[in-house]
Amino acid sequence: MRIPCPFCGPRDVSEFVTLGEATGPRPDPAAPDAAEKFFAYAYLRSNPAGPSEEHWYHALGCRSWLKVVRDTRTHEIESAALAREGAR
Amino acid sequence: MHYSFFSLLQNALTGHRGWTPTWRDAEPKGAYDVIIIGAGGHGLATAYYLAKEHGIRNVAVLEKGWLGSGNIGRNTTIIRSNYLLPGNIVFYEWSMKLWERLEQDFNYNAMVSQRGVLNLYHSDGQRDVYARRGNAMRLHGVDADLLDRDQVRAMLPFLNFDDARFPIHGGLLQKRGGTARHDAVAWGYARGASDRGVDIVQNCEVTGFVIENGRITGVETTRGKILAKKVGLSVAGNSSRVAALAGMRLPIESHVIQAFVSEGVKPLIPNVITFGAGHFYISQSDKGGLVFGGDLDGYKSYAQRGNLPTVRDVCEGGVALMPMIGRVRILRNWGGIMDMSADGSPIIDKTPVEGLYLNAGWNYGGFKAVPAAGWCFAHLNARDEPHSAAAAFRLDRFARGAVLDEKGQGPQPNLH
Ligand SMILES: Cc1cc2nc3c(=O)[nH]c(=O)nc-3n(C[C@H](O)[C@H](O)[C@H](O)COP(=O)(O)OP(=O)(O)OC[C@H]3O[C@@H](n4cnc5c(N)ncnc54)[C@H](O)[C@@H]3O)c2cc1C
Ligand SMILES: [Zn+2]
Repeated sequence: MRIPCPFCGPRDVSEFVTLGEATGPRPDPAAPDAAEKFFAYAYLRSNPAGPSEEHWYHALGCRSWLKVVRDTRTHEIESAALAREGAR
Repeated sequence: MHYSFFSLLQNALTGHRGWTPTWRDAEPKGAYDVIIIGAGGHGLATAYYLAKEHGIRNVAVLEKGWLGSGNIGRNTTIIRSNYLLPGNIVFYEWSMKLWERLEQDFNYNAMVSQRGVLNLYHSDGQRDVYARRGNAMRLHGVDADLLDRDQVRAMLPFLNFDDARFPIHGGLLQKRGGTARHDAVAWGYARGASDRGVDIVQNCEVTGFVIENGRITGVETTRGKILAKKVGLSVAGNSSRVAALAGMRLPIESHVIQAFVSEGVKPLIPNVITFGAGHFYISQSDKGGLVFGGDLDGYKSYAQRGNLPTVRDVCEGGVALMPMIGRVRILRNWGGIMDMSADGSPIIDKTPVEGLYLNAGWNYGGFKAVPAAGWCFAHLNARDEPHSAAAAFRLDRFARGAVLDEKGQGPQPNLH
């Protein structure tokens, strides 16, 4: 599996670490439903069989966080963009 | 048909024409008392204990592929109960006790072999961690022996004791741990369940649930709708997908782990050995193949195959630990998809849908759990309350902050 880093080009998966699903922004700790929101944020996953948005870190490269769209059935990578460019 | 020395002798004398199929490949009926989804080790064991221990025989096990096509036929067959946390030790030790009497119980040769499981340690810090785990085990009545370097050397003289980076200082041994024949475990439970009236239905994928007023009344399948009063979900690796059909999100990610088997060689590895400083563990099958594996590939996958960097990592670990295997050829390697849970421990519990029960999150350690998971899941299905040995495996423990995190890795499934 190779990930096309927008900065470094296609690089071997062993240069990256993944944080798993790009679950969206951290909830507001001051919100009244913060406990429930943090539970979902920390623990629950959609875990789809198919295209999935994930955060990957190019640890042995440019050290950027990437948002990668990858098909979990085939490992095929549809796109990879710098995470800071989209909504986090 | 009862298997015994006598039946073997009788069939040997009559040209082996008297053997009957081990289990019945059933057609689905329209309705059952209980449906179990997934004919892996867990689903089959659950059906077996439902019939045998609870007298519930109007049961179907629905399998999307063929019996044993999932992880039950893909694992590296290690059984052990060397856990640290009380909630886990009690459960895995119950499983070990069931393994010890399994073959007599279901009258089938599952080749349970208590050859010992040895976890090597390579530093003083790691020794302390292992000593603590061994003490926790002994406090729960589980056997554990902390070995020093010389004791390990006497057992396994071929290991690379003086590796410059990771010298072997000793190991934690569970003598009662070992291996079992994975396929035979599936066949034995299938036979025991089938003989008691359970329908095992292959090529029957569950594609939806029939839920009325918050209560399960049946399932939709590729072979039509089948009604049931209760449904148990036991689909290792696919738990999130199937639970999503009932509107649930689980604290689980699906990951691939690979395993390898070498060409057959003479008896070499007497027990199960795990490298404490890298991703490698090994045993030897009765046929002579070295059976080994390592860590997850590390990213979510439903592909049932892994990538080459992990292959290299596992092989490097193996050669670092026992250089003598450097020229052994790998015959086959494969991958299986597992539920990696958010705290590394499993779930056996009810769900918000009445009559729908969940058995999931077994990570890469659910083979050793097969007997006890089947036992406890059957108990939950039949009695509507958790079995005491699985009392810690509740679904709401994440929201309560009562996680069972053996490794202390936090809520990141790929690190457990
Ligand atoms: C490479 C590898 C090595 C391992 N090594 C060990 C080890 O040494 N020791 C250990 O304890 N554990 C080990 N494990 C883990 C262990 O194999 C699993 O935790 C355990 O087998 C899972 O339970 P099961 O047997 O019921 O799963 P499975 O055999 O996977 O059963 C689940 C079944 O559900 C079916 N299914 C899925 N979706 C549907 C649907 N919608 N409808 C109908 N059926 C469906 C699947 O086809 C499958 O047959 C290993 C796993 C792997 C992959
Ligand atoms: Zn990069």
